[in-house]
Amino acid sequence: MKPQNPQLDEPLIFKKSSKMRNGISILKSDVGDVIPGNTIPKELLREDIKDFPEVSEIDVVRHFTRLSQWNFGVDTGFYPLGSCTMKYNPKINEDIARLAGFSKVHPYQSDELNQGALQLMCELEEFLCEISGMDAATLQPAAGAHGELCGMLMIAKYFKEKDKPRKKVIIPDTAHGTNPASSNLAGFTVVSVKEENVGVITPEAVASVMDEDTAALMLTNPNTIGLFEKHIKEIAEIVHKKGGFIYCDGANLNAIMGIAKLGDMGVDVIQFNLHKTFSTPHGGGGPGSGPVGVKKLLEPYLPKPRIIKKGKRFSLDYNRPKSIGRLKAFYGNFAIMARAYSYIRAMGHDGLKKASEMAVLNANYIREKLKGHYYLPYNQTCMHESVFSDKFQSEKDVHTIDIAKRLMDYGFHPPTIYFPLIVSGAIMIEPTETETKETLDSFINAMISIAQGTKDNPDIVKNAPHTTQIGRLDETRAARNPILRWKG
Amino acid sequence: MEFPKDVRYTKEHEWVRVEGNVATVGVTDYAQDSLGDVVYLELPGDGAAVTKDETFGVVESVKAVSDLYSPISGAVIEINDALVDSPEVINDDPYGDAWMLKVEMSAPAELKELLTADEYKKYVEEEK
Repeated sequence: MKPQNPQLDEPLIFKKSSKMRNGISILKSDVGDVIPGNTIPKELLREDIKDFPEVSEIDVVRHFTRLSQWNFGVDTGFYPLGSCTMKYNPKINEDIARLAGFSKVHPYQSDELNQGALQLMCELEEFLCEISGMDAATLQPAAGAHGELCGMLMIAKYFKEKDKPRKKVIIPDTAHGTNPASSNLAGFTVVSVKEENVGVITPEAVASVMDEDTAALMLTNPNTIGLFEKHIKEIAEIVHKKGGFIYCDGANLNAIMGIAKLGDMGVDVIQFNLHKTFSTPHGGGGPGSGPVGVKKLLEPYLPKPRIIKKGKRFSLDYNRPKSIGRLKAFYGNFAIMARAYSYIRAMGHDGLKKASEMAVLNANYIREKLKGHYYLPYNQTCMHESVFSDKFQSEKDVHTIDIAKRLMDYGFHPPTIYFPLIVSGAIMIEPTETETKETLDSFINAMISIAQGTKDNPDIVKNAPHTTQIGRLDETRAARNPILRWKG
Repeated sequence: MEFPKDVRYTKEHEWVRVEGNVATVGVTDYAQDSLGDVVYLELPGDGAAVTKDETFGVVESVKAVSDLYSPISGAVIEINDALVDSPEVINDDPYGDAWMLKVEMSAPAELKELLTADEYKKYVEEEK
């Protein structure tokens, strides 16, 4: 037998199966056998998987523990995914969310029995309003794009109730890709505005398309190139003058919290991504949470129920005739709210401000150190993320995908690639505030080493990764002919 | 990179070939090269209306998902079903077998606003 490292190879659990091997003892049934074919309609019966794996408990544990060790997460390494704010999730959040008063409550309990949970939600709404300069908030939406939809539905309802429905929404090409999708879903037609090589949109560009059939301008600020839309106040005036609203996608709030309030810049609606800015788990570890803050004018349209505070008592108010209705079963992803609440309380005003300052500083440190090695399409001070491209490396036929794959050999999660679309071959790096200078330096050195490798031996970069479990995958074939489950 | 002279181009990288009042639409060689391997294509149904500069479909590659913009306005009279099943043809033969729509034009004058092969080639070189 050849020696082998079990860490490096793990067969499918089907391959570990042995007839009648069992992880648990099932008591003998005291009712007669049920033959599926007699009780379940034939068209619902599946015949294609007959043999489910039969394995012992320890084999199940080892199998999934090994697979979990192949994972890469914020807890295992640097994860500079631009546009996503993959910040560290402090463990104190987990302690707070697991307190019995939060983890064992049930939404069907009466308001009387849920006072603690309601208080947390009510205060979290207040904190988010304070941070953003908004007047009221809802915690219902389950993720950022859900929050966007919530905001756009409120705007649509506002115009509908005034008997003056509006058809259009203006969206700059520096906005997140979900913005047009959310507007469409809320029934609007999207009018695109292009930035003209300066990375931000201009008041002139907005004025040229703004009219009285336009319900809103929807932008992401800081925008998706990591730049602050510095004309936002002037743009808001143009839009407001024609009776429209400003929706700001708050996905990039991590760059400005505690420093600037979007509400002071004319923003009427904003969504918060708790799983980004407020350090709750992101990606597969979610779920997400996308609360929405609004100015007074839109407050009646917020989803119901709303949380009402009277003296020291909290209750749920369903009597909201103008509300767009309920957006999510019960009241949203509560356990995520508990984590975000914990983060805000632990950090305090000064802590949140410092986090944003460090996030911006770290991004600019990387930008400055890498700018000679990678092409920087917008060469100016950035906010919390910096966008490079593969322009220099392309001359050696090394592209963004190759650079990303090669980073895995250095133990880093690749940054966001090929987004934003307005930068060809984009490499979008967002380090977040929690990384040490040593971590940033080792990432910078890896990137410089890859840039050098592109000149010296481009094939090594083009065929990366070399040190991972599995090498370069045929992503095209996987996308064209996906095999999504085990087949015998 | 190919820039055939018998088609007109848009800045969004679609091409259109005109025979009588029927316009055939696809994406350019530059578009397929920038997209990389195409894995999915979504087109409108027969009879759908398309409007110049508005989206008529979606193309997805291993890198990104992109909207397709109609170069002209009119009614769709035929779609390339085979292409939906084998979108990789977009990479192999963008100006031929990878045609996407045939459109009965409602405003043929719009064609004048499209780019010639030389103009498009110049535009693409600047964009790079």
